[in-house]
Amino acid sequence: MTVPMDIEGPAAPPRSNGELVFAEPWESRAFAMAVALCDAGAFTWSEFQAALIARIGHHDETSSEWCYYSHWLGALQDVLDGQGTVPDDAVTARARELAQRPADHDHAHQHR
Amino acid sequence: MSESADRIPASLRTEALEQLLTERGLVDPKVLDTIITTYETYVGPLNGAKVVAKAWTDPSYRRWLLDDGTAAIRELGYLGVQTEHVVVVENSATSHHVVVCTLCSCYPWQLLGLPPSWYKSPVYRARIVREPREVLSEMGLELADDVQITVHDSTSEVRWLVLPERPAGTENLSEEQLVPLITREAMVGVAKVDAR
Repeated sequence: MTVPMDIEGPAAPPRSNGELVFAEPWESRAFAMAVALCDAGAFTWSEFQAALIARIGHHDETSSEWCYYSHWLGALQDVLDGQGTVPDDAVTARARELAQRPADHDHAHQHR
Repeated sequence: MSESADRIPASLRTEALEQLLTERGLVDPKVLDTIITTYETYVGPLNGAKVVAKAWTDPSYRRWLLDDGTAAIRELGYLGVQTEHVVVVENSATSHHVVVCTLCSCYPWQLLGLPPSWYKSPVYRARIVREPREVLSEMGLELADDVQITVHDSTSEVRWLVLPERPAGTENLSEEQLVPLITREAMVGVAKVDAR
């Protein structure tokens, strides 16, 4: 990753003035997938950003509650679907399979 | 995406997408873990705070930063994705700068960490442009009527960083001692730095 890590110094106060950056774990996974794919050259940041701007622009206040990362996820799916890398139909089919799991299933990504 | 697909919870769609990308060899869940840890833990507003503290204590760095923010910040090693081109604007007793991204939520991650939820909210993005003085007041920052307010709208090319005013009573503090005083909110321009 191109991000320079910086962990020394009087670190705590400026970071602790923040709130939780992710409300739910899936938001962090969606965030990281876009960053990882961009780092790997699957798409450029501006391609992703254009998709995100389009998603946010189409947000309808009257029909759904505002959730930034659901637009983020939608934008990521739009780019991958547009490229043919991961078609939306495949995501939908897999998500429906996952929904069928028994309630006490293990979350794959938490135990890998 | 079809309407019925939109009704699938985002958590399941995310998990499905991660599985499919992993199976195709396009992402590695361990790499995702590292990215999340990095952004949650290491890439906070600390980098931006260090830039500001250096500018407060080093007049020649301050001039460089205001003149060519990108180069001055690159010198400290804090540039990357989302922060390729940075313009730094300085707040003073008579002039106040505040940053927004009206289109989406462009934000200098490498300097300030991930954007807080108020920055991403439709309300902030719409209102700060129309009525900045009122919005800032609601966020706890009262500015006198004669203070000129400039709102900077981020674009895909430019990221803005606000150089806050150094508070009175901090004259004897070192660069390292100043860093913890400098908040993310002050570097977006919705707050001032307190001497504490």
